[in-house]
Amino acid sequence: MIALLLRDLRLAIRAGGGFGLGLAFFLIVTVLVPFGVGPEGDTLARIAPGILWVGALLACLLSLDRIFALDFEDGSLDLLATAPIPLEAVVTMKAAAHWLTTGLPLVVAAPVFGVLLNLQGEGFFWLTVSLALGTPALSVIGTFGAALTVGLKRGGLLLSLLVLPLYVPTLIFGAETVRRGTEGMETGAPLMLLAGITAASVALLPFASAAAIRVNLR
Amino acid sequence: MNAADLTVTDLAVSRGGIPVLEGVSFTLSPGRALVLRGPNGVGKTTLLRTLAGLQPPMAGDISMPADAIAYSGHADGLKATLSVTENLGFWAAIYGTGGFDPVLEAMNLEALCDRLAGSLSAGQKRRLGLARLLVSGRPIWMLDEPTVSLDAASVALFAGAVRTHLAGGGAALMATHIDLGIAEAEVLDLAPFKARPSTVGGGGRGREFDEAFA
Amino acid sequence: MSIWEYANPKKFMQTSAWALPWVTGLAVIALVGGLIWGFFFTPDDYKQGSTVKIIYIHVPSAMMAINAWVMMLVASLIWIIRRHHVSALAAKAAAPIGMTMTLIALFTGAIWGQPMWGTWWAWDPRLTSFLILFLFYLGYIALWEAIDDPDTAADLTSVLCLVGSVFALLSRYAVNFWNQGLHQDASLSMDAEENVADVFWYPLLICIAGFVLLFVTLVLIRTRTEIRSRRLKALEARERMA
Repeated sequence: MIALLLRDLRLAIRAGGGFGLGLAFFLIVTVLVPFGVGPEGDTLARIAPGILWVGALLACLLSLDRIFALDFEDGSLDLLATAPIPLEAVVTMKAAAHWLTTGLPLVVAAPVFGVLLNLQGEGFFWLTVSLALGTPALSVIGTFGAALTVGLKRGGLLLSLLVLPLYVPTLIFGAETVRRGTEGMETGAPLMLLAGITAASVALLPFASAAAIRVNLR
Repeated sequence: MNAADLTVTDLAVSRGGIPVLEGVSFTLSPGRALVLRGPNGVGKTTLLRTLAGLQPPMAGDISMPADAIAYSGHADGLKATLSVTENLGFWAAIYGTGGFDPVLEAMNLEALCDRLAGSLSAGQKRRLGLARLLVSGRPIWMLDEPTVSLDAASVALFAGAVRTHLAGGGAALMATHIDLGIAEAEVLDLAPFKARPSTVGGGGRGREFDEAFA
Repeated sequence: MSIWEYANPKKFMQTSAWALPWVTGLAVIALVGGLIWGFFFTPDDYKQGSTVKIIYIHVPSAMMAINAWVMMLVASLIWIIRRHHVSALAAKAAAPIGMTMTLIALFTGAIWGQPMWGTWWAWDPRLTSFLILFLFYLGYIALWEAIDDPDTAADLTSVLCLVGSVFALLSRYAVNFWNQGLHQDASLSMDAEENVADVFWYPLLICIAGFVLLFVTLVLIRTRTEIRSRRLKALEARERMA
């Protein structure tokens, strides 16, 4: 299992577009927003939590279709499905690799982008915490969407259509945590709910993803 | 019947919900090889995928020892950006088998071991794909067109690897058109097993339940 | 005789052919009766005027938007557990109807909301929930359309429906958490007299019954169509093989 994780990480680094691309996309979104809404610090500070979370979500979405597509094309997925490790473990490791290459860099870099959007005071702390707790859920849910669409020719667009509605609760609780944190309000409730979504997704969704992969390999 | 045998009884397989083969029965004992023959589209790949557990059979029984099958499809499952050693090392770790140096030697890949898989020729890739079978350490090989894009020397190398595997108590099931010159191999022509419409689950006679569809 | 007999396509076709005229007739009677009663024979609301009468379409369609999804969930579960093709096709047939109901609820809501709240759209939790539900329908239908093999499509959409249901429910509560809204609370609970006066309540009940029957009618028709088209494909495939 660890071998699979290491292989995916190595592939992501060698092929490029793993670590860098999502982050660059996040940066571009952050840069474009002030052009769209104007440079006033107050406005930016007010919308920063939401923009940063939506940006993280889109950056995550960008690399989802690569999770299984390459392995499906070159036959590795067939071989993994007949290998001695259970498919549930395979999809979990795939999600973990996706998080390490996409989610984790976002968590680390988000405070820097927060500066660009004039995020205030406590916001930096809560942004990092909420992204750290929430992005694993994004990866796991996205892996499920990728598993559903793995055999499809034009799966990319459909993948977004399937996955984005599933991201709604995570986005709401994540952005709400940052917003409340910025305004100095109690953040316990949304943060707990966010953690709950992540925990439940990580625990349960791999079974659905593995089932979808099995169906798609038939 | 032996516990180490792969025994297939009255198997029916389907592709996209439509039956393609039915009544397939054979036994594959350790040390034996079976070559599947038949025109394109007869269902060789479908049969192999069903036996490998990638899709459920429509009818019939498959009995074999647990975790016995190493499957090799049309594609090799190689990663272009990983070196030969890394590719093999990954599968060795997945199957929990240790060293793969003898395998590199057997498939004549030693000189290439630091090359990226993407820079190999088609035949070299195929050899690497077959090396993966050796690494898996599993007794029953299921090979779908294993000799595609191999030159004569590589085919001989491959046939040698299969023979060694058979001599070591393994078994092989192959879908291939060319004669590998393996003495132990029997041939199974799939054409007679082609599913006739309306016998499997259809026409109101077979399974009654979903008759409207079959 | 078990209820699963009706999952046999042939039996289903026979039974639905017999039931369809009756259900259709009842749906028409209930809808026409309920709507006429509601539109012309109830008084105007003292506050909302005649605009209140849109509840005879708004409330039933909103209920059916949710009920259709629940029906799809049950049908998906039956497909996953018992592998009855009719069940999967019924779920497929229900999705566009549910989506249309969601759209109707959203549009009538906008038309009603404009004079009441002074806006066509507000990010009120219920409105937002329905918009999200609409997106779920969209994804579900798109997945059905994208996959060629019918059994694969049935399997994958069923898994999506299961997971989607959990997330739709989650979204409902998340949205509530996110913004407390304008909507009046449960205008239709069992003790409805407290919320809606009797004069509005009885025609509304009839309209709801009408929408349920309309939904059943449409699902039956569409499922029959799906079964026929599936049968046609099977026959074509057999032709090719022979």
